[in-house]
Amino acid sequence: MIELLLHIWNTILATLQDLLPIVLIIFGFQLFVLRKAIPHLKRILIGLLYVLVGLALFLVGLEQALFPLGKIMAEQLTDPAFIMGGLARTADVLQWYDYGWVYIFAAAIGFSTTIAEPSLIAVAIKARQVSAGAITVWGLRIAVAIGVAIGISLGSFRIVTGIPIQYFIITGYVFVLIQTWFAPKSIVPLAFDSGGVTTSTVTVPLVAALGLGLANTVPGRNMMIDGFGLIAFASLFPMMTVMGYAQIGEWRYKRAQRKYAEEDAKRENNE
Amino acid sequence: MNQVIGKLFSILLGSFRDLLPIILVVAFFQLAVLQQPIPQLGSILIGTLLVVLGLAFFIQGLEMALFPIGETIAYAFADKGSSVWLLIFAFSLGFGTTVAEPALIAVADEAARVAAVNGIVGNSDEAMASYAFGLRMTVAFSVGLAIIIGVIRIIRGWPIQYLIIGGYLLVVAMTAIAPKEIIGIAYDSGGVTTSTVTVPLVTALGVGLASSIRGRNPMIDGFGLIALASLTPMIFVMAYGVIVH
Repeated sequence: MIELLLHIWNTILATLQDLLPIVLIIFGFQLFVLRKAIPHLKRILIGLLYVLVGLALFLVGLEQALFPLGKIMAEQLTDPAFIMGGLARTADVLQWYDYGWVYIFAAAIGFSTTIAEPSLIAVAIKARQVSAGAITVWGLRIAVAIGVAIGISLGSFRIVTGIPIQYFIITGYVFVLIQTWFAPKSIVPLAFDSGGVTTSTVTVPLVAALGLGLANTVPGRNMMIDGFGLIAFASLFPMMTVMGYAQIGEWRYKRAQRKYAEEDAKRENNE
Repeated sequence: MNQVIGKLFSILLGSFRDLLPIILVVAFFQLAVLQQPIPQLGSILIGTLLVVLGLAFFIQGLEMALFPIGETIAYAFADKGSSVWLLIFAFSLGFGTTVAEPALIAVADEAARVAAVNGIVGNSDEAMASYAFGLRMTVAFSVGLAIIIGVIRIIRGWPIQYLIIGGYLLVVAMTAIAPKEIIGIAYDSGGVTTSTVTVPLVTALGVGLASSIRGRNPMIDGFGLIALASLTPMIFVMAYGVIVH
């Protein structure tokens, strides 16, 4: 118990170190350049304290509960012994389709950690405010989480097969560019932002463990060249799913409008 | 009093709901797929409780501090009308929040080890430290530059897609000439630069600027800073690789 409290205290200090430069820059500019008193100073200070304590508890909790178990699971699922054990045939060489549980795990862990990602919650709250509710907090979060799930799963497939990462990333970019032409213009900046916010506190450690575990156990993979790069996959696909989310929304809106127009016309004809 | 407890309870419930998918995924794979018991259940339950509490506190702090700070400072700069100071602020915010980022320090050290193994830098601690330091500075500088470009974009109202497309083309071009060992690290460095504190602040800053400048739409012009901040590090880290390797 004392050990845990000490750990929390140390994490608070580390988080403070992270927060301090930001606070100094902002308060420095506010006082010396803008020369304005900060409105609601007391409320803001209490809020910053909440952020500090909240992040520290969040990190300690993750280290205590989620990360050790998640990392062990990633190691066990990528272990050739486990994969061989699940096969109906006996094989000396594993094929890419033997890693089924790995792809499913990659997608599930990508989806669920993204839902818990605090910076994504922040962007989703802001997006709802700015769009006056047209984008919902859960809608955006689920769209991004589906993107991360696809990304991590495909990234694992890439490590297993050893196809160079550039092929996937550059094809992905081309797809994003094409989709940008067709997506509603107001979603584009938010979709691009979603790529950057997905990979933060919760997702990165688990995904890195999965990538390194795979690169370590799949024969012929280099940990340095193949172990990295999953995060890039996790940033790419949310752009597509968020634009897709807006496209579906637009399509449903248009369809509803068409339906109303048709009903109106029918009513007018009857009269 | 009852109201306060009620609110607290609903916040905690919300945080628990955010966490529920992870709990289900971990439990399913551990019990059904790997068919193993969950080790140290007590410790895991305490940890989960801490995560739920932490997330609840963070979201409260977000609405009380991080969003208002970002917005207030955006309005104040728009009021003052000095774009030079605004750009200096933009650079400081990008550089300052990135240079001390623990995730970045970890990636830079890892990259230095890779470079030493591949014989690109000497195997001494000194050479590795200087390589890692150079990489950190490169990434921090590129994020500062990204926020500057992003703020200019908001002021001028440029469409984001042209900047992003241009950036992607640069990434593709750099990928072609960059040393192979740095590519994975460069792609990942784009993702590690945006921390949990920076994202809400920068988002509120962008939306605040776009709302306070006439003719700008917060939805179209306000977002996009994070996207730029995740793009420039890839280009600059590969450039660093080309120069150093």
